[in-house]
Amino acid sequence: AYEHGPYQPHEPGYGLYQPGYSPYDDQIPDPKSRMLAIQNAKAYLLKSSTTSGLNLYDHLANMLTKILDEQPTNAVDIIENISKDMKWAQFEKKMDTLRDEHKILPTFEAAENRKALFLKTNGEGDEELEEEIEETPLPNVMETAYYFEQAGIGLSKDESYHIFLALKKLVSVQPIQTCRFWGKILGLEMNYIIAEVQYHEGEEEEETEEEVIEEGEKGMAEVEDEDEEKEKDEPPKSTYKPQPVIPKEENGTGANKYVYFVCNEPGKPWVKLPPVTPAQIVCARKIKKFFTGRLDAPVVSFPPFPGNEANYLRAQIARISAGTQISPIGFYQLAEEERDDEEEQGGDTYEENPDFQPLSVAEMVASLSTWVHRRQSILKQGRCVWLNPFQNSEEEEENEEEETVEDPDELQQETGPPILTPLSEDEGIQNIPAWTAQPSTNLIPQYAVAILQSNRWPGAYAFASGMKFDNIYFGWGHKYSPENHTPALPPPVQAEYPSVPEITETRDPTLEEELAFKAASEEALDAAEEEEEEEDVEDDEEEEDD
Amino acid sequence: MEAASLPAALELVAGGGVGLSPEKRAVLGASLLLLQRDYRFERVWFWGCIQGVRGAYYIAEGLGPDRAAPRSRLYSLNCVEWSLLLPVTKEMAARAEQLTGRFQGDPSFEYEYTEINAEDAERLFEDGKEPVIKEEARLIATIEQIDRAVGIIPRGAFVKTPLGSVHENRNFEGLSLTEAKKLSSYFHFTEPVNLKNKTLLEKADLDPSTDFLDSLEHDIPQGSWTVQLEKGGTVVVLRSLLWLGLTFYHVPMTKQYGYVYFGTGEKNLDLPFML
Repeated sequence: AYEHGPYQPHEPGYGLYQPGYSPYDDQIPDPKSRMLAIQNAKAYLLKSSTTSGLNLYDHLANMLTKILDEQPTNAVDIIENISKDMKWAQFEKKMDTLRDEHKILPTFEAAENRKALFLKTNGEGDEELEEEIEETPLPNVMETAYYFEQAGIGLSKDESYHIFLALKKLVSVQPIQTCRFWGKILGLEMNYIIAEVQYHEGEEEEETEEEVIEEGEKGMAEVEDEDEEKEKDEPPKSTYKPQPVIPKEENGTGANKYVYFVCNEPGKPWVKLPPVTPAQIVCARKIKKFFTGRLDAPVVSFPPFPGNEANYLRAQIARISAGTQISPIGFYQLAEEERDDEEEQGGDTYEENPDFQPLSVAEMVASLSTWVHRRQSILKQGRCVWLNPFQNSEEEEENEEEETVEDPDELQQETGPPILTPLSEDEGIQNIPAWTAQPSTNLIPQYAVAILQSNRWPGAYAFASGMKFDNIYFGWGHKYSPENHTPALPPPVQAEYPSVPEITETRDPTLEEELAFKAASEEALDAAEEEEEEEDVEDDEEEEDD
Repeated sequence: MEAASLPAALELVAGGGVGLSPEKRAVLGASLLLLQRDYRFERVWFWGCIQGVRGAYYIAEGLGPDRAAPRSRLYSLNCVEWSLLLPVTKEMAARAEQLTGRFQGDPSFEYEYTEINAEDAERLFEDGKEPVIKEEARLIATIEQIDRAVGIIPRGAFVKTPLGSVHENRNFEGLSLTEAKKLSSYFHFTEPVNLKNKTLLEKADLDPSTDFLDSLEHDIPQGSWTVQLEKGGTVVVLRSLLWLGLTFYHVPMTKQYGYVYFGTGEKNLDLPFML
């Protein structure tokens, strides 16, 4: 009400209303009633709210105190938020008889795991320390990480160090001869950190092999033989012969040359992946699925994958390794015995070349023929070394052999490029070369590192610098294909039974045919009777002669 | 991700294995600041890197006073010299969507149309344009697609003022750990599409100043985002499965968040088969 009070000469309302006749005359207070008005206003502000118990006077006082204490910039813009925060703060119970239990966040547990990596195990004296320093299969993860970092590839330094320590733990627990950080595969719920390992000779545990399905095939053969002997009233047996199961390669050779350990995070225990079978590789080529991060998760796909996620992971690791593990030319050479061997299937043993002269980075980047594959490629069959699955037929019955003589001709021996072939022979995809080569920096060529990225398996990288080189994989675990993935169609419905005369329905004869048949048979009957009569007559004549 | 917090942010998204070399990191610190000076941006974001066959494109975005306005985009082949990209047009986007395969790494590379309808070809010939599309145009269209589809921010990080412009929320203190694991706490930082389709009950719960964007909850196909806790549970990392390479990070209960793209610039059309 004071705003409209007595207008001063400089204010616009001055002189509009005659004193005593302005509409606000009754509101102009005298000093005593001004004090009364102030008290009324204050009493109104002190009135507690019926819903929240707060009163506006205290609230405003608190707010202004806070603003004057903290002096935020542009306080007028955030005044509503300050007000809201003050009201929230009212509801915090400061004095409570019950003490809140400290929240155990899941992050604490994870931190505990990681801390455990840094603790030294008990009983490590100085002697053991010396042993460790001399010969350890543990790779220098930080050094490799440094080289890859020059190209922008790699995990954060923290994570690399944790992986380093986790590998150290693995090496101390298992009898390992060589160990390498293979890479990281991302998944939906969790990721996989993968280590490639070779055991000491003879140290590997024998695993219980799964029952091979070859028994089923032999069973089929026996049943078929019986069928031919039995009555033909039985419904015909199925002639379905399942594809012969191609046995997996021995541990230590071919696709199973290395053993792989995975863990979800450094600090969690390492799990060994089972060896890979050719059927799994063949199926993995046809499907494309994300990894969930749990090794026991089922892989739901068509064609149905024979195994769970651990097997699928192992199959993809095998394919990626076979396609992208490379080394500079000349670093490795074939072992002595293999060089004289004329067999097409070269062995997969190689050794370091003591006379290796590293090429300059510029040369390594300029042409792909300076790099070679150092893993055997996997054939269509799913193995690195081709195996004829019908070689066992000599043991089975002769019938089986005769029936399957045709098949070996269809299954031609598969050959792949021998080990240590240069990358320039790799096929590109459409118009993209299989590999992209770049130096890590153009500004300082003296210390640049040669970096190769695979375009067929996005995420596979390799570096070379002087005598050092390594490969690594960071990605989702899938091959690159420019076309969209088309899942395999289900096979055509199998014919139920072969058409064999015994079960084929014959056509019923028509009326004309029946009449014709009848006429023909009557003629034949008459002819037969006449002949009989003639014979009788002849016999009689003969008898008469005597 | 904010240019100012680039080093720390790169450490947090390194879980995917792809990042920047020390050389690039060093030069970006300086060149992004210079971009801000030259173009008078209020904020500069390092958007990411698209890997081509022969080279890579490094992309930066500049924001003006209204953060939701169309952003200016710049690209560079070496992180030192930047060129401004034209704003995307509908034609460019439509033509670029038909292209598949990797980027080449050369901005003047011309793609030839192999699959094109007879009608489109006639129309193009009438216009006098040739049926080729430059890689630069494809780059522009792809960046726009990625931003529109998977550029995300945490809920509450931006507020819309009554005048319609969007600013950072100074009161945003970060999502809590439980909130951070839910997809509904993240929004697409682009024009909302589904907001109008919400039921009245849902709309009543929304706060018009912070809930003015689409959340990730109803993204099709479901499961196209992975939410993971990395670094022992201290960082929440979201990765998109539709555009492989898009990584978003947020440290709960702090103001640190951002997204970056390190990839080949191709949409993952096999996603439904892979889930």
